[in-house]
Amino acid sequence: MKIRHFALPALAAAFALTGCKKSGSDASTINIGEVAAMTGNTATFGQSSHNGTQMAIDEANAAGGLLGKQLKLITEDDQSKQGEAGIVAKKLISRSKVSALLGEVASGRSLEMAPIAQAAGVPMISPASTNPKVTEAGDHVFRVCFIDPFQGTVMAKFALSKGWKKVAILTDSKQDYSVGLTEFFKKYYSANGGTITGEQSYGSGDKDFKAQLTAIKAGAPDAIFASGYYNEVALVAKQARELGITAPLLGGDGWDSASLIEVGGKAMEGCYYSNHFSNEDQSPAIQEFVKKYEAKHGAKPDAMAALGYDSAKILLDAIKRAGSVEGKALRDAIAATKDYPGITGKITLDENRNANKPAVILMVKDGKVVYTETIAP
Amino acid sequence: MKRYTAQIALIVALAVSLGISCASDSIDAYYLDIALNVGINIILAVSLNLVNGHTGQFSLGHAAFMAVGAYGASIFTLEASQKLIPLLGGPGTFATGTAFFIALVIGGLCAAICGWLVGMPSLRLRGDYLAIVTLGFNEIVRVILQNTSGDGPFGGPLGLKGIPSHTTFFWVFAFAAVCVYVVASMVNSTYGRGFLAVRDDEVAAGSMGINTVRYKVTAFVTGSFFAGLAGGLYAHLRTTISPAGFDFLKSFDVVVIVILGGMGSTAGVIAAAILLTVLNEFLRDFEQYRMIVFSLLLIIMMIVRPQGLLPSLPFFTRKKSA
Amino acid sequence: MEQFLQQLLNGLFQGSIYALIALGYTMVYGVLRFINFAHGDVFMLGAFTAYGLHKLLAGTLAAMPWPVSLIIILVASMALCAALGIVIELLAYRPLRNRPRLNVLITAIGVSLFIEYTGQLAFGATQRPFPELIPPIQVVSAGGLSVSMTHVIVLGTTLLLLFGLRMIVMKTKMGLAMRALSLNPTASTLMGVNNSVVISFTFGLGSALAAAGGILYASLYPSIEPFMGIQPGLKAFVAAVLGGIGNIPGAALGGLIIGITETLVKGYGQSIGIPSGYSEGVAFVILILILVFKPSGLLGKVEREKV
Repeated sequence: MKIRHFALPALAAAFALTGCKKSGSDASTINIGEVAAMTGNTATFGQSSHNGTQMAIDEANAAGGLLGKQLKLITEDDQSKQGEAGIVAKKLISRSKVSALLGEVASGRSLEMAPIAQAAGVPMISPASTNPKVTEAGDHVFRVCFIDPFQGTVMAKFALSKGWKKVAILTDSKQDYSVGLTEFFKKYYSANGGTITGEQSYGSGDKDFKAQLTAIKAGAPDAIFASGYYNEVALVAKQARELGITAPLLGGDGWDSASLIEVGGKAMEGCYYSNHFSNEDQSPAIQEFVKKYEAKHGAKPDAMAALGYDSAKILLDAIKRAGSVEGKALRDAIAATKDYPGITGKITLDENRNANKPAVILMVKDGKVVYTETIAP
Repeated sequence: MKRYTAQIALIVALAVSLGISCASDSIDAYYLDIALNVGINIILAVSLNLVNGHTGQFSLGHAAFMAVGAYGASIFTLEASQKLIPLLGGPGTFATGTAFFIALVIGGLCAAICGWLVGMPSLRLRGDYLAIVTLGFNEIVRVILQNTSGDGPFGGPLGLKGIPSHTTFFWVFAFAAVCVYVVASMVNSTYGRGFLAVRDDEVAAGSMGINTVRYKVTAFVTGSFFAGLAGGLYAHLRTTISPAGFDFLKSFDVVVIVILGGMGSTAGVIAAAILLTVLNEFLRDFEQYRMIVFSLLLIIMMIVRPQGLLPSLPFFTRKKSA
Repeated sequence: MEQFLQQLLNGLFQGSIYALIALGYTMVYGVLRFINFAHGDVFMLGAFTAYGLHKLLAGTLAAMPWPVSLIIILVASMALCAALGIVIELLAYRPLRNRPRLNVLITAIGVSLFIEYTGQLAFGATQRPFPELIPPIQVVSAGGLSVSMTHVIVLGTTLLLLFGLRMIVMKTKMGLAMRALSLNPTASTLMGVNNSVVISFTFGLGSALAAAGGILYASLYPSIEPFMGIQPGLKAFVAAVLGGIGNIPGAALGGLIIGITETLVKGYGQSIGIPSGYSEGVAFVILILILVFKPSGLLGKVEREKV
């Protein structure tokens, strides 16, 4: 018993001693941290956004780097798990001494990182988190995508424009993204003449939605708003068709993955979702990006890749404008981003550090995702 | 003087923690984070060891008690602390510290109440059944927390964010020292022999006049209290918590530490907690292989050295009679 | 009313999957007296084995009618997983034959985690679409009720395997040996039973059942990933306990009850103020209730602990 009690303070002292060493920063590179879900159940998002981000950094390095230094992208995997994003963000800030953080795609994980970046004075740019609370964490947190109040409204507007007066809602109650999106869809839709026939929910990881869908079917909706991620939506669509529900499904950018059609198959035909970017857009800048990405990765880029690319490009542009990577100066330069010609649209960061951009509506047709229309803010 | 060695060791540990804490600004933030994680895992492992190791009740639901404590402490801090601090003499280290302490204790008490609720029906269940029930309880707590309203005090699936970062080196290691002291004192006392008796042979213990019910429930309640404390510390370190972070995989993490350290050996468990937490961080780049290695380690240990790293009693080498 | 019937049907099919997995659990527990935590993971491996086999033999299979290719893949995967189950038993559980049950339980957890994370390493964590082994034919589509061919096959296979298992245990020599072993391992050795062979057989059979469950589950919900076995495995275990662990018809009954209750809570919970998310906890609430009020399960015998 004696030894046990001395072990504790002795170990504590040992820790203190090892901790006192601080690593010096590398003077020849600019370190940029990236937090992405490279493994786990939203790995397609993380890998896509990482590909886009890395491409932007590589392009900049090939052109000679910035401020006379080469750029180094240090990526940490948060394994799609809660709790990990915060830890790796801390690691990137204190161990790798990054000048800025890029990430995360999922709102829940961005919410973990944001206070840490804010407290450390390190600017953070999220490529694709749409939950409004992310940028509320502080003035060092930015995003280059639209937010859920806008996205939910977009889909509600679209539904009404198609004459669908009755909609049922299916929410993933385990994901903040889905819960937030549903809330904003509901608000606009009900306030503008739509009727919500029923609201059901499931949890990510669920495989069987027959119970919820049967209840939804009873309300005979014109369309179903499924605000969750692609993994479950694909199964929802399949089961809905099995139950004889023919109404189209509507969703948000969480649907954006090749897996949606791979798993959902024919059940996804005629369904729509809002997104940040369509790789069918014929404008030369976008087509060039698509070509470069396809050459490098063998597949067309999705919205996450495009947003990853834009988030990095905006950061680099801000570094150039600020002329330094010092926290406050960089932050101010990012905040001053106006009309930046991004792949995902002209990006201006408003006073809440969110991007004001239009959304595109995509439709699943003949096993492919096609562009339908653009809805501006 | 010899009689009070334990108490002196406790006071020394508290003093050293305080000292290091004051110097913590010069410690690299990342290493400090690891150290705090180590401390929290020590509390979790030692408290679980009381239930699993010393009393032989195989509980797989420790993360649930951690969750209850985390939410309890965080809700208190977020909702009530503001009103409490002026009453304690206005803002300042003393007032914030005391409010934090109260929050942690409240978290611990909530977890202890849950421990009592779980302990009661667990009386008549054997080893494997108890494991599944505690696992089930873990899932139920997670499901309940997940389905609370997003705007309410529990935060729904989003969980709670913006919890003030009160956890410092002092708090974590002070509570770790207290936890070790309490558990070790309990088990090494005359009263504490009862735990070991229940573990060794419940029926025999009962025949000897030991109130097995009381011992089991005491173990559960004490273990949950400290798990709740650890949860509160965890919440105020991460500043965001959500139900998904307290699933049974988290319980497994703590169970693995206890098993590797040797069920029933406090020193072994502390060593395992330190080793595994540190290993986790340094193997972050090999995350893919980490759990594979750990699970293999678990299997091999069970076959080759079931007593763990630093065993205390020859429990696991005894053969079961036909 | 029609919605209620459809929900009942949903629950029935959901329950038959749980029943199928529960059969394996209950059998292994009945003979060996320990909870094979890794059962849910063999379930997952069964699905992945079928996926792999289908990819390998896609050409030859396409030429055959779907019932034939389904049976080929089913039987082949079951055989492979049975072999795997026997190997696991040999390596991880046999050395612990005489140790306290707790050790074996912990080892089972270790095996489970090992299979899951190795699976994640080998297959990646993202989901893969499971090949369509059963075409999406609607068997019944009358009056708003819908039953698909997949459902019929799931139910049919569960009943078939249930019946087959009961036959094996009650009518064959091996089954007799299994029952002897479950009553008293030492005495059965004295009676000439080769315990090791019987245990290996039990494991192999249990794993084959788990693999079948995995394939049928993946046919119903065609997206597979390495952690897919955890939740169904847990719920199937609850089903086995509910019915009386060690009791084969009990496992089936337990599975159905849990499936139906879950579905009804999911479907109707909304209208009485419970968000359908609570359905996840239903199985565990049932578990706690049954263990508090009738620990031996609905159809189980009360076991007296002798000293």
